[in-house]
Amino acid sequence: MAESEETHNLEMSGHWAEQIFTILKQQNITIVSYVPDAGHLKLIELCQADAEITSVVLTSEEEGVALAAGAYLGGKRAILLMQSSGVGNCINMFSLIKTCMFPFLTLVTMRGEWGEFNPWQLPMGQSTPAVLEAAGVIVQRITAIEEIGETVEAAAKLAFNSYSPVALLLSQKLLGSKSFGRK
Amino acid sequence: MGEYSLRRREVVRQLLEGRGGLLVISGLGASSWDLAAAGNNPLDFPLWGAMGGAAMVGLGLALAQPERKVLVLTGDGEQLMGMGSLATIAVQKPKNLRIVVLDNERYGETGRQQTHTANGVDLVAVAQACGFPKAQTIYTVDEVETLKNDIYQGNELLMAVIKIAMTNDLLVLPPRDGTYLKHRFRGALLGSEIAFE
Repeated sequence: MAESEETHNLEMSGHWAEQIFTILKQQNITIVSYVPDAGHLKLIELCQADAEITSVVLTSEEEGVALAAGAYLGGKRAILLMQSSGVGNCINMFSLIKTCMFPFLTLVTMRGEWGEFNPWQLPMGQSTPAVLEAAGVIVQRITAIEEIGETVEAAAKLAFNSYSPVALLLSQKLLGSKSFGRK
Repeated sequence: MGEYSLRRREVVRQLLEGRGGLLVISGLGASSWDLAAAGNNPLDFPLWGAMGGAAMVGLGLALAQPERKVLVLTGDGEQLMGMGSLATIAVQKPKNLRIVVLDNERYGETGRQQTHTANGVDLVAVAQACGFPKAQTIYTVDEVETLKNDIYQGNELLMAVIKIAMTNDLLVLPPRDGTYLKHRFRGALLGSEIAFE
């Protein structure tokens, strides 16, 4: 049934969210901004519950790009959580990251690629890696639950040690597809 | 809409005179030229692009440095593109962030086309509706002086829209190498050893 399938997916999300959260803490990331996605639900809750992390809800994803630049100017590390449909909103703001060589890290939950029900998710989901690369962002991908911790850690180190923009894509295969109550 | 007497260069100079450790982010266009004309301070971070992003850069800085006052100096066109950020900032309500919009009701860099504020859109009302504890429109030198006191002595998030005349100002450009601006700012704020981090 659709309901139990989505409950299962959220439980899966909780499992890997804790691994990601541990890495964010280890990497001294203290500002977490987001336009929510169901795939980020548990991670957002963990961040909101942590007294050392400032959680910033955004109206649009490009705000999180500018926020990360400002945080770095002030000596702090930020991360942007979004779904693939938000990537297109960020493009012009990436000029700030590229031109000034700001470190930038984003975790993107993918839609429109694996068993997607909603056709409106496909244009942005399918073009997400190409659009990011065209904007000069390094794209890495998580496809297996076993590699989630080391991949997030490596992406964070790459971004903050080399002053580079890095987008880590969480495959829809890992997240499960939303079925809108249909099989 | 109409004729306003305040002149942007004089307003910015008045606000920044004796600025001490004030951190300043400016939005692309004339606001960045005003900031350069006021002294080209290492604690300035003038944007040359990223339209709509100035207030959010200011929020990131204000959250990272809660003990320092942060001023975002931008134009009406730049802030209109980042109108959603006023909602985001109001949710956070950082006590050390001030947003000042120099509003000549025109896109000054592209041929002086009217912006929305020339046609009744009120950014102060937007900020108030978002939940800014203080937001005001300013027309006179005396009001600028009161605002200056609020910027430096106040302890709450504020936004001010300063209505200014459309003027022909000497072009004074800040450095445009973004990496230089970044290093200069971080060195001045965090100490030169930050480059070895």
